[in-house]
Amino acid sequence: MPVQYTSILAEHHAVRSQAGIFDISHMGQFIVSGPGCAAWLNRLLTNNIDKLALGQGQYTLMLNERGGVIDDLIAYRSGETEFFLVVNASMIEEDFFWLASHQDPDVILRNESELWAGMAVQGPRASAIFAAACPGEPLPPRNGYATTAAAAIVCRTGYTGEDGFEFFCPAAEAIAAWDGFIAAGASPCGLGARDTLRLEMGYPLNGNDLSPERSPIEAGLGFFVDLTKPDFIGRDVLLSQKSAGPAVKLCAIQYTDKGAPPRAHYPVLATDGTLLGELASGVLSPSLMTGIAMAYLPTAFSQLGTPLQIDVRGRQFPAIVVKKPFYKAK
Amino acid sequence: MNVPTDLRYSSSHEWLRLDGDIATVGISDHAQEELTDVVFVELPAAGRRVDAGDPTAVVESVKAASDIYAPVAGEVVELNPEVEADPSLVNTDPYGKGWLFKLRINNPDALLGLLDAAAYTASIS
Repeated sequence: MPVQYTSILAEHHAVRSQAGIFDISHMGQFIVSGPGCAAWLNRLLTNNIDKLALGQGQYTLMLNERGGVIDDLIAYRSGETEFFLVVNASMIEEDFFWLASHQDPDVILRNESELWAGMAVQGPRASAIFAAACPGEPLPPRNGYATTAAAAIVCRTGYTGEDGFEFFCPAAEAIAAWDGFIAAGASPCGLGARDTLRLEMGYPLNGNDLSPERSPIEAGLGFFVDLTKPDFIGRDVLLSQKSAGPAVKLCAIQYTDKGAPPRAHYPVLATDGTLLGELASGVLSPSLMTGIAMAYLPTAFSQLGTPLQIDVRGRQFPAIVVKKPFYKAK
Repeated sequence: MNVPTDLRYSSSHEWLRLDGDIATVGISDHAQEELTDVVFVELPAAGRRVDAGDPTAVVESVKAASDIYAPVAGEVVELNPEVEADPSLVNTDPYGKGWLFKLRINNPDALLGLLDAAAYTASIS
C-alpha cells in the first residue's frame, strides 16, 4: 500500500464523506480451531472470547508476561470451534510464534497470511458499495463475520470510525474484487489517510501507541480486557496496575491553536517547560484542521483539559488533554 | 510540469527569482506536487544570514516535514505572511503567491551555480 494515491487530504475526506478502499493484504490471518480453542484463546487474549456468538468479532489484545502488548487484533468466531484472527502485518511471525509456543494439544493453529488478500472499504457509502459489488451476498452486522458463496470473508470492521467492511479473498481473486469495489464507487486510499483516519478516532497503532513495555490499562484499553476471566497471560500485572492506578496513561492531545503538525517522538512539555514524555503518534487532523496526537503522560498530567506544550524543532505549540475520539463520525 | 524559464533552480527543488540584489525563493511546481497538501510553513527570522545549502524554512505536508534550503548565501530580508496564513498557496501558486522568503544577496555570481529551466527540467524528468 502506498502512502497516498492522490493526496492524503483528498483520500481522508473521501472516506469521511463517501467511501475509500485500502489494500490491507499485508495484514495477517490465523485460523484457530479444535475442541479446546475458545478456552485456550481466552488464556492468550485479554477480551472474553466466550462473549462471541457465531459470526461475531471483538477487538482484543495479546500480552506478554509483564502485561505489555505484543499485538492488538480482531478475533471473529467463524465456527463453533473455530476462530479467525486478523493481526498486524509487522507482527505476523512474532504473534504466530507466541501462539505456537503456548499451543495445547487440542488446538489447531494455522497461519494463512500468505493465502489471503485483503481490502477495507470504509465510509458512509460502504454498504451501498458492497451491495453493488457483491449482489445477493450478506453484509454482516457491526463487528460481524460472514462468508460469501465464493468463500471470501467479509467482516464488518475497520480502522477509520466509519461504517465499512474488510474483505478477504484468495490472492488470485484480489484484483477483480478490488476493481469491483472501485467500479462501485470506492476511492483508493493509502497508508497516510489510514493513519489520519485512525488517529482522529484515537485508535492505537501497534509500534507507536502500543508496545511490549506498555499495558492495555496504561493505553486506556481497559474496555477490551476482562479481568474477571480466571486467567490470561499478563492478568496479574494488569490487576495490580488497576488497583494501584497506572503511573502513566496514553492521553489524547489536541492543539489549541494553529501550529506545525505534531508527529511521533516530538517532546511533550508541561506549561513550565518540564519534559513529560514524547508523542507516540501525531498528525494534522484533516477533519479538524488542527494538530492531534497521543502520548503516554504521567497520570498527574492526564486529566482532561491539562495544558501542555508540544515542542516542534524548538518551538512550542500549546495543546490540551482531550477526550477520545478527536472526531465523531457522522 | 510548469518550469518558468525566467527562474533559476536548485537541485533540491527551490526556485529563485533575482530582482536587483533581492532574490525571492520558493519551491518548484514539481516539489509541491511531490509533497502534496502543504499544511504548514515555517519561515526563518528576518535578518538571519544564511549560506547556500542552509536549511532555511520548513514546508510540511500531512505526511512529512521537509527542509527548504537557501539556494544562495544572503540575508533574510522579507517573509511571505500570506503563505504562513494559507500554506496551500505553495500548492496552488508555487511561483507566485506561494513564495517563501526573500534574500539580499551579496554575490550575484552565486547564481551561476544554479540550474536554468532546461537543466532543472532535465533533472526531474
